Formats: sequence, structure tokens, C-alpha cells
Amino acid sequence: MNIVLFLILFPLAMAGLIALLGGHVGLRTALVKIGSGVVAIGALVLLALNLQGETQWLRFDWPWLQKAVLGLDILVTLILLVIAVRGRQITVTALVIAQAALIGMTEFGGHAHAHVEAPLFIDSFSMIMAHIVGVIGGLIVWHAVGYMPHYHHHHPEVPGGQRWFFATIYLFLGAMYALVFSNHLSWLFLAWEVTTLCSFLLISYPRTPEARHNAFLALRLNMLGGVAFAGALLYLAKTGGPFALSEIIRSAPASMLVPVLLICVAGLTKAAQMPFSAWLLGAMVAPTPVSALLHSSTMVKAGVYVFVRFAPLLQNTVMGLLLALIGVTTFLFASCIAISQSNAKRVLAYSTIANLGLIVTCACVGNPQAVWAAILLIIFHAVAKALLFIAVGSAEHSIGSRDIEDMEGLIERRPKTALAILIGIAGMFLAPFGMLVSKWAAIEALMKSHPILPVMVAFGSSATLFFWSKWMGKILSTVKGPPPPHGPVSMEEKNAMFFLSLLTVGLCAAWPFISSLSIKPFLLSYYGTAVELNRVTIVIMSSMLALIVALPLSLLYKGEKKLRITTPYLSGANVLERDLFTASIGGTKPLAIRSYYLTEFFAEGRLTRMGLAATIALLAALVMVVKP
Amino acid sequence: MNLTHAILAALLYIVAAPVLAGLLAGVDRIISARMQARIGPPLLQPFYDLFKLFQKERIAVNKTGHFFLLGYLLFTIIAGVEFFIGGDLLIVIFALALGSVFFVLGAFAAGSPYSHIGAERELIQLMASEPMLILSAMGFYVATGSFQVHDIWSRPDLLIVILPGMFAGLVYVLTIKLRKSPFDLATSHHAHQEIVKGITTEFSGPYLAVIELAHWYETILLLGFLYLFFAPWPWLAVLALAAVYFLEILADNTNARLYWQWVLRSSWIFTAVAGAGNLVVLYYLSRGGTP
Repeated sequence: MNIVLFLILFPLAMAGLIALLGGHVGLRTALVKIGSGVVAIGALVLLALNLQGETQWLRFDWPWLQKAVLGLDILVTLILLVIAVRGRQITVTALVIAQAALIGMTEFGGHAHAHVEAPLFIDSFSMIMAHIVGVIGGLIVWHAVGYMPHYHHHHPEVPGGQRWFFATIYLFLGAMYALVFSNHLSWLFLAWEVTTLCSFLLISYPRTPEARHNAFLALRLNMLGGVAFAGALLYLAKTGGPFALSEIIRSAPASMLVPVLLICVAGLTKAAQMPFSAWLLGAMVAPTPVSALLHSSTMVKAGVYVFVRFAPLLQNTVMGLLLALIGVTTFLFASCIAISQSNAKRVLAYSTIANLGLIVTCACVGNPQAVWAAILLIIFHAVAKALLFIAVGSAEHSIGSRDIEDMEGLIERRPKTALAILIGIAGMFLAPFGMLVSKWAAIEALMKSHPILPVMVAFGSSATLFFWSKWMGKILSTVKGPPPPHGPVSMEEKNAMFFLSLLTVGLCAAWPFISSLSIKPFLLSYYGTAVELNRVTIVIMSSMLALIVALPLSLLYKGEKKLRITTPYLSGANVLERDLFTASIGGTKPLAIRSYYLTEFFAEGRLTRMGLAATIALLAALVMVVKP
Repeated sequence: MNLTHAILAALLYIVAAPVLAGLLAGVDRIISARMQARIGPPLLQPFYDLFKLFQKERIAVNKTGHFFLLGYLLFTIIAGVEFFIGGDLLIVIFALALGSVFFVLGAFAAGSPYSHIGAERELIQLMASEPMLILSAMGFYVATGSFQVHDIWSRPDLLIVILPGMFAGLVYVLTIKLRKSPFDLATSHHAHQEIVKGITTEFSGPYLAVIELAHWYETILLLGFLYLFFAPWPWLAVLALAAVYFLEILADNTNARLYWQWVLRSSWIFTAVAGAGNLVVLYYLSRGGTP
């Protein structure tokens, strides 16, 4: 399986090449574009080569390899240390030193490190993840090529560093591939740390004080997770436990409580779960491609990846239930907070936090059906969220604002961008994502665990209904006439929007196949049983999805001659134009409509504090339950 | 349930539901009139209204809005069909929600301030009622081990006995769904408390008729939900449904519209206490009292 090595090493090589040769704009653009294509196609080749979804192991006979990994680990730690010290960040410095100490004790503390037969592997779940990283990551990189010149045009104060920007993105993609193919925990940890480092570099890209502050916030919270992860490695080394993911999963759950909990805490930080969620909101200071990358195909997906891997160990345990409660609490609170937000990117950020909460909940419940739901959620969320970020970024360029209120009537002003946003939103909460998975599969699966979980999902999902619908309504609303478009959208941005829209719609048709070809083999290998879908359910579901896709097409229908078009009712005093009216005290007034944000009822500050309190209490309970 | 039965049930629902709901609306209007010391319209008045609306001229503020109404009608019917052929309750619930979302989008697309306020309020009503509907499906699942309507209604035991909280919760949100005071935020039959005509402001003639028709399908579906609690004893079920509907009319005529905050807060609290409470008690009872 050389393709696995290729997938990991190619983006790393690209990162190096771009860093070396990226000074030349034309050369860099060509390199980045070719690279994004190869990354995406490489992932698809993987599918063709390994269609059966059998688990394959990669063994290496090179004794120096483990030392090289350790060397890289030390290098990453040193870089982080330099960043922390130069930024005068006491907490981050302390965390880096703590982590270095833990790793030092693991590696040089005289514990014979358990041997890992095959440090890399591939199974159907890592294949799904590889597709998300490759295809969606590739599209985002392609989009970035067109977006970044615009970005620098609109933000002249940001120093141009596109060479390092793209190098970092490729490093990020390489680390994500390494993460999903690693069987050896120290390798996984190295990849984990590299993603932390890359996210710091990308968030701090605008070089403003705000960006710097938010980047260090992200680093601080993620280093907290890194320390927990390093703690897990040390615990395993001390107790002589296995270092291979495959062996840990087959161990008795009781013997793995401490390391699994520590790695799950690391997963909570990376997946932006409460109480560690603040960094993801801060991360939106970065350019759009970074948000798209962090929210969809990388970073947060690394967080939920470990939860899905450990799902069999979490099933029917008190620890699993408590972790699931953290996830579902995050889902409920983040969904409610999103109602009060009018900044499109903040809405997207809160919805990411919420949906990852749902994924964590499903994975922690850990029965086959819940894991099935979790994996489908990962796929759908990655595609729809990447599309939404890119489309919102594009709308921001063309209307000069990222406020949802300013997107009024976007369907007339920027029909294609508006359609992309509508498809993305529909993908998030109507079809296939929301109704198919978050309501149906997740609730059915969660019913087999404690009923408080699906109850909270029911409340949270009705909140998501509210904020997505009113956003859709805003875009569809036809109050204002079409004002002149602000700026052009680059070809690359259009390409990315088009393919991601196509993917979102395509998933509506393809999900039963993905389920039987990719998710079923994974569940069989993990549990020995798989989820059998009811055929009637598939038919009903699919026909409803087809209807939803078909209905927007009816917008193209121009006919119906008998219809008389009139002006909306404005208390009997319309002026000729449809958005002006005569006020009761005389004079012509423009019509203005604003949405409900219910900011007092769903107050961000209060709800955040409540969520933090609840999740911190749950973390404390976890520590009480899991005694080493 | 085999295919022939399923098709028959679906057809029966599609044909009979509007007839039943129209008659119910007629009765509703007569009883309401008597409560207000009026004689009221004839029993078949809702049908006359509907036919007349269908014959009126088509006037709209734009060409797109009414397509969403088609989605509303279509998905409401799908929800009802799925229910009456004995399908998955959760699918029924989200098809119903999907229909409502289409309705709301249609009102948003009209671009009028009054229908906009109505649409936002309809969304608040959806948010207020949705959790209880989902919880009731969970309740049926815990009680019968299945989400399939077919399995639930063929149970020999009376589900109201073990799911009283669920029933109460459903009756509570039924007020929202039936657009009865004090929970008729989005649009109301009572002119004195209405912001123009709320969500339906910009729909007239045949389009208004489609909305009314969809609402009739929805009403029968919701009554079907309540029927499940009494399924083994049909006569008791009919009596209970009549009593519930009478209570809704009574509430409608004795209350004024509430603030949305009250509607949302009270229905979420009621759902959490009656619905979730019932569920948790049932969960621990089914585990033999050992948490």
C-alpha cells in the first residue's frame, strides 16, 4: 500500500517545495493548483485500489524510523516552545514544557515502550477520513488560490505571506493524512501536534493583535489537549500497555480507562467541545479558506476521529455516558446560542461546535447504530460546512459584508452564490444531514442509551431549525431591488462552490451506497454486526430527498400566465417601487425588515456560562469516576 | 402491513382527511359561535370557503413564493401517508417539520413586513412544539420497543396508562399546531389580536386555499398521534379526541394571544417536565428500578 505513504508524503513534499520556490507567484500558483488536484485524485485512487475496505497493515523494517518520529516530535515541541516564549505566553510555555516532560518520561524514563508491529494501517474508516481530507481539502486549497489575492486586495494591511500560507496548508493536509493512517500512538501524537501547530500559524496569518490573541487562545486550549494526550502515552508506557491503536481497541475497556479518557479529553479540545470551544470562534479572524479547512476537513475532524476509534471502549460505560453528556450539552447550548448571532461566520462556527457535539455524543454512546450515525454526520458535515464557508466568503466579497441581515434578497443579487448557500444550509439541516441523520438515525441510536441524551438532541435540533430557516428566508426574501454587484468572484472560487454543491446534492443520492460500501465493513470489523437499513425507510427517505432537490429547480419555472403580480401589503400606502411606502405622518419611507435574533432569550453570554459550568462539572465527574 | 393495504391506507388518508378535517372545522366554528353567543355558519361552510378560494383570481407578490406552498402541502401529505401506512414516527415528525419550513420560506420570500413577522413567529412556534413531538415518538419507543406506527397501534395495552405525561405534553403543543389561542402567534382566527394576517398576509385565493388544505391534513395527522394512546379501545379514543378538541376550542375562545417568550418558555418547560419526566420514569421502571 504505497499509496498511503504517498498520500502522507506528497503534501509534505509540496509544503517543502512551496516554501522553497513559492517566492515566484506564477510558479507558486501552478504548484498549489497541481498539488490540490493530486491530493484529491490520490484519495480517489485509494478508493479504487481498496474498494473492498479490508484492513491493511504497513510494516517497516527500518529501526531508525521510530527515532525519526521522536526527533520530529522534539522539533515540533521546540518550535512550539519558541512561539510561546517569543509571544510571552506563560500558560502556553508551561503547557509546552509539561508536554515535553511527559514525552521525555515516556521515551527516556526507562520503560520498555511496547513494540508496534505495523505503525500505519488503512481500514474503511480511515479511507472515509482520507477522502474528506483529500477531496474537500483539495477543493478548499483550489479555492484559496483564487481567494487569497482578493483577500490581500481587501486587506492591504495584512503583510503578504502567501508562500508560507500555502506551505502551512499542505503541511496541515499531510499531518491529517498521517493522523488517520497511524496505528502507532506516538505517530498519531506527532500528527496531532503538527495540526495544532499549523492551526496556530494559519489563525495568526492576518498578523493583527486580534489574530495573534485568538491564535494563542487556540494554541493554549489545544496544548491542554496535547498535554492530556502525552499523559496517556506516559500512562501506557508505565503500565506496559499497548501502543497500537488496533490493540488498545481490542483490550478490556476497564484496563484502558485512563489513557482513553485522556485521549478523549484531547479530542474534546480539538473538536472544540465545551468547555474548550472558545478557540473555534476566535479562529474566524483568519481568511475564509482557513475557516473552511478547520471546520470541515481537518482539525475538528481529527478530534472526533479519536472518539469514533474508541467507540467500542466507550460503549455502555459510565465514562462514555459522561463524555456523551458533554457532547450533547455542547450541541444544545451551541445550537441555542447560534439563534442570537447575525454574523454569518459566527453562526457557522456555533453550528460546527453543535454538530461536532452531536458526533461526539453518538461516538460515545458507541453502539453500532450510533457509530453509523456519527460517521455519516462526519461526512455530511464536512461537505456542507466547506461549501457554506466558501459561499459565505464569496458573498462577503460581493456584498462587502458577512452579516446575515445584509444578505437580504441575495437570491436576486447573486443567484449562484445564494443557491450555493441554500444548498449548504439545506444540506446542514434538511436533507440529507439534519433530518436524515441528526433527527432520525441519532435519536433512534441514542434511545438505546440513557433517554436524557435524545431528549437534549430533540431540544437542540429544534433550535437549529430556527436559525437555519430564518437565514434561508433572509436570502430568499425579495425586498430590495438588485443593487449593483460589488466585486467579481474568481474562477477558482466558482469551481469550488460548484463541486461542493454537486457533492452535497450527490450525497443525497449516494448515502445508502456509502453506508453499505464503507461504513458497514467498518462496523463489521469493529463489532461483528452492522446496521441493516430498512428498505422502505431508504425508499421514503430518498424520495423525500429527491423532492427537496427538485423543488428549488421549480424556481426556474417562469410560466403561469394567469398570475397577476402585485406589491406587498404595507398598510395601504405603497409608493410605486415595491420597497417604499408613505408613512402615517407623511413622507416616503424605505421599507426595512429585520429578523428575530431573540438576543435576550438566547443570550450568548448567559448560555455560554451555563454551558461551561455544566461541561466543567461533567469533566469533574469524569475525573471522579476514572481513578487510575 | 402489506403493499395493497399500505396503498389503500394512503389513498384513504389523502381522500378522507380533508373531508374529516373540513367537517371538524365546521363543528369548530359552530361551537365557537355558540360560545360567543352567535348562531354561527352552516356545518359545510369551510368547504364552501375552500371552493370559493380556489375559484378566485391568482394574485401574488412574486412568482416564487407559492412554490414553497406546494412543498408545504406535499410534505404534510407525505407525513400523513407515512403515519397512516404505519411507518416510522420520526420520519413522520420531520416530514411535518419540513412542510412547515417550506411554508415559512414561502412567507419570507414574499418580502412583506407582515408576512415576515408571521414567518418568524411560525418558526418560534415550530421551535416550541418540535421537541414534544419528538419526545412523544421516544415515549412510544420506550413503551413498545418500536418507532413504527404499525407496531404501536397493534399493541394490546392502553398506552395512555404508561404515557400520561406524553399525552398531556402533546395536548399542550396541539394548541400551537392547531393555531388556537393563546398560542396562535403566527396567524390567528381572531382578528382583534392579529398583526394584519401574520404568515398568510401575502397569500390569497388559490394559494390561501392550499394553506388551508395543508392545515387540514396536518390536523388529522395530529389527531392520529393522539389516537395512538387509546388504539386498542377505539370508542374511548374517539371520546378522548372529542374532549381534547373541545378543550382546544374552549381555550381558543377564553384566552388572548400570549407573548412569544411565554409560548416558547412554557412549552419547553412543559415538554421537559411532562414529556421528559415521563420518559425518564419509564426508563428506570423498565430497568427494574436499578439505575
